[in-house]
Amino acid sequence: MIYFLQQALNALQLGSIYALIALGYTMVYGILTMINFAHGDFFMVGAFICFVVVTFLQLPFLPALILSMAGVTILGVIVERIAYKPLRQAPRVSAIITALGVGIFLENFTLALNPYPKHIPALIANLNWTFGGLTISSLQCTIVVLSVVLMIVLHLIVKYTKVGMAMRAISWDKNVVPLMGVPVNTVISITFAIGSGLGGAAGMMYGMAYPVIDPYMGIMVGWKAFISAVVGGIGNIRGAMVGGYILGATEIMVAAFFPSTYRDFVAFSLLIVLLIFRPYGIFGKPRIQKV
Amino acid sequence: MALLKVDHVTHYFGGLCAVSDFNLLLKPHELLGIIGPNGAGKTTVFNIITGVYRPTEGSIYFNDIEIKDKTPDRITAMGIARTFQNIRLFNELTVLDNIAIAQYAKAAYSPVEALLHIGRYRREEQRIMERSQELLALFKLDGLAFEQSKNLPYGLQRRLEIVRALAAEPRVLLLDEPAAGMNPKEVDELMTFIGWIRKEFNLTIILIEHQMRLVMGICERLVVLDFGATIADGAPHEVQGNERVLTAYLGEKLKV
Amino acid sequence: MRGGLWLSETGGILRTWLLTKAWLLPLLLILGFAFSFAIPYYGLLDPYVQLILMYIGINIILALSLNLVNGYMGEFSVGHAGFMSIGAYISSILTVKVFSASSAAWLFPVAVIAGGAGAALLGLLVAIPSFRTRGDYLAIVTLAFNMIVKSVLENIDAVGGARGFLGMSKLTTLPLVFCWTVLSVWLIRNFIYSNYGRGVLAIREDEIAGELMSVNTRQVKLLAFTISSFFAGVAGGLFAHVLQFINPRMFDIVKSTDMLIMVYLGGIGSIGGSILGATIYTFLLEILRPLGIWRMVIMPLTLVLLMIFRPRGIMGLREFAWFLPKTARTNRLAQLRKEGEEWRS
Repeated sequence: MIYFLQQALNALQLGSIYALIALGYTMVYGILTMINFAHGDFFMVGAFICFVVVTFLQLPFLPALILSMAGVTILGVIVERIAYKPLRQAPRVSAIITALGVGIFLENFTLALNPYPKHIPALIANLNWTFGGLTISSLQCTIVVLSVVLMIVLHLIVKYTKVGMAMRAISWDKNVVPLMGVPVNTVISITFAIGSGLGGAAGMMYGMAYPVIDPYMGIMVGWKAFISAVVGGIGNIRGAMVGGYILGATEIMVAAFFPSTYRDFVAFSLLIVLLIFRPYGIFGKPRIQKV
Repeated sequence: MALLKVDHVTHYFGGLCAVSDFNLLLKPHELLGIIGPNGAGKTTVFNIITGVYRPTEGSIYFNDIEIKDKTPDRITAMGIARTFQNIRLFNELTVLDNIAIAQYAKAAYSPVEALLHIGRYRREEQRIMERSQELLALFKLDGLAFEQSKNLPYGLQRRLEIVRALAAEPRVLLLDEPAAGMNPKEVDELMTFIGWIRKEFNLTIILIEHQMRLVMGICERLVVLDFGATIADGAPHEVQGNERVLTAYLGEKLKV
Repeated sequence: MRGGLWLSETGGILRTWLLTKAWLLPLLLILGFAFSFAIPYYGLLDPYVQLILMYIGINIILALSLNLVNGYMGEFSVGHAGFMSIGAYISSILTVKVFSASSAAWLFPVAVIAGGAGAALLGLLVAIPSFRTRGDYLAIVTLAFNMIVKSVLENIDAVGGARGFLGMSKLTTLPLVFCWTVLSVWLIRNFIYSNYGRGVLAIREDEIAGELMSVNTRQVKLLAFTISSFFAGVAGGLFAHVLQFINPRMFDIVKSTDMLIMVYLGGIGSIGGSILGATIYTFLLEILRPLGIWRMVIMPLTLVLLMIFRPRGIMGLREFAWFLPKTARTNRLAQLRKEGEEWRS
């Protein structure tokens, strides 16, 4: 039982990271109906920025977090302006392929600058609290609490600000909203900024929680976060959060009770089963085909 | 004997009743109009007949065969073809291919023959291509055979949609607002056109239309829908004076 | 202005000429086949260049296979490496463990076909979800399928698990790759220019309208996925016997991404495009090899630029006249002549 609870904590930690990245996928999809396949690599860049500022500038936790998020935010906005914006009228797949290209570029560019995997030094005092056999580390607390705080902030932005309202309006109907005087380009930039910023935060936390970071780490984590977004119903913010925790829990629990090599197999089989029964994810609504 | 029989069909979208207890008996060679205010369920009726939606209740017989559970492609192959309210051509494809696709069910060769281009492939393809060209010539579209259909002007796109439906060799043709966006002169031409294809192809036609000129001009019988329910069924002049129809279109009479 | 007209007119004349000289194609094919024999036999080219030629052939098959589903049918499969790995493993197991050493060489085509057939069976399985879901959700299904195949292979110790499988002799030769490539191009071309191929196009353009125009979309999807995965499996079999070593990680998302790039670089819905895309991509990667890791920085940048300036890839829905079957070629010819007359008048 203790073992199970311990694993549940790990699941919460991994799920938080997945959820933060999945939010970036889902927000961009909601607004542009485009899958930003470079998002996993934004996450990786976040981890590397954190590495750089911590190792070379010796910055503590909070400034490192702010710089990681800011750096990835700027990256996201620039990528959107340069690579995605010209393709808004092009066939949808062209944008997806461009995103794949941007991703590969980021991976290898980072690799060209940092040929070896890196390790982020400890940023917060490593404390452990034990409750009746259950050990909670300060790191786990930080990750989970910080993620939840970020998600709440995002929720408040989307729900109660003018920009958030514009975002919801655009995801509802892309064609009419510009006619209502909403500055669509600005809203899209802000969406990319927020999504990328969350990805940057996730990158930093991942780097703190796991021993090494390398330029290709964004591929697998990115795809999995994307899957989380789909499980929740892509385009749906609540769905991305829930999906992240579901996938995190599935992976950790499979690894905990079965040989860890079955982890991917079970996780992806579950995904397919879920999509058979709920083809549009947990919170997704099927778009009714007009004939 | 009825060619098409819609029997007590009811259809819900979630909690919304789009069509309630719809009945229709269509005699061969009839020209029937379905009219009604926007959102009355007219297109839904077409969608149910062609198999896009499976009705919540009721059944549909075509030539005394129940077609409610058949897929749209089977129903079309059996002889019910349609056009769409908002034109749905295969935009990137040529006019010729648009016509050829509608003959999918008519081509009798196997995938293996298709992969190797042997056996019946050559003869069947030749037949399909000849038939397509013939149709295009008949409707004066032959000069545009290799044009992408999205490049056609609106009027020709509408015409091509009808030709495409005819390429499927239907016995019943469903026209969904064929006169949408047309001026009075074009509507007059369309009326002649519909009359002509009806005779030429020996068709039974159901059409949905808002333009009263067209409906009153050529339909032999009218069905009026409102909120999914049939409120009138009869010859155009009978329907014209019907109290409930007037209410549906113009609202309640002021009670003084 | 005048020059442009002259150019386009010459282009038209050239195309018309090529169209009427259809016999040139078989001639070129025979020549190509002779060369593919002569090159290794007389050592006309460096073994390294021969290797690249083989990769080009294999990549053409892969790109075509993916183009059928993604380009012609308009679905978005991101897991084709999964089909490739099935072909690679089945054919390798056959040549190493089932066939005797002496018979493996001439039974190799059988092994490749068996690999393709195995992949095709799984293709059927993936086609079933495509009945109900489309677009992004189908993309996820293929992605998940890719990951599942990889994960399963990693867990089967009999084929080496994550360490991989080896012991294949170098059975893939240049003439063999040439023949398979030509055969794949021919078969996929034939399929596209058939009734079923028109069904595939109808699904891309407007699935519901297609269904309402009597296209049996389920049948068409099953066929397209089966054929596509068959050829991905064939390419996998050939690939395994060039490299003589395979492991599950070779066939993960990165490989699928490679295929996507080849298809979209060359242009969707075009056989000529896939051939060009696969050739250029393979060739460029090799040319830029001296740049080390920076080539993988330059390649994606080029791709992004290409997508911005030519979102439909190099060919994008157009086709080389030679790849058209006879009826379509006559049609094209008639069209070109008509355009020519319009110019002159």
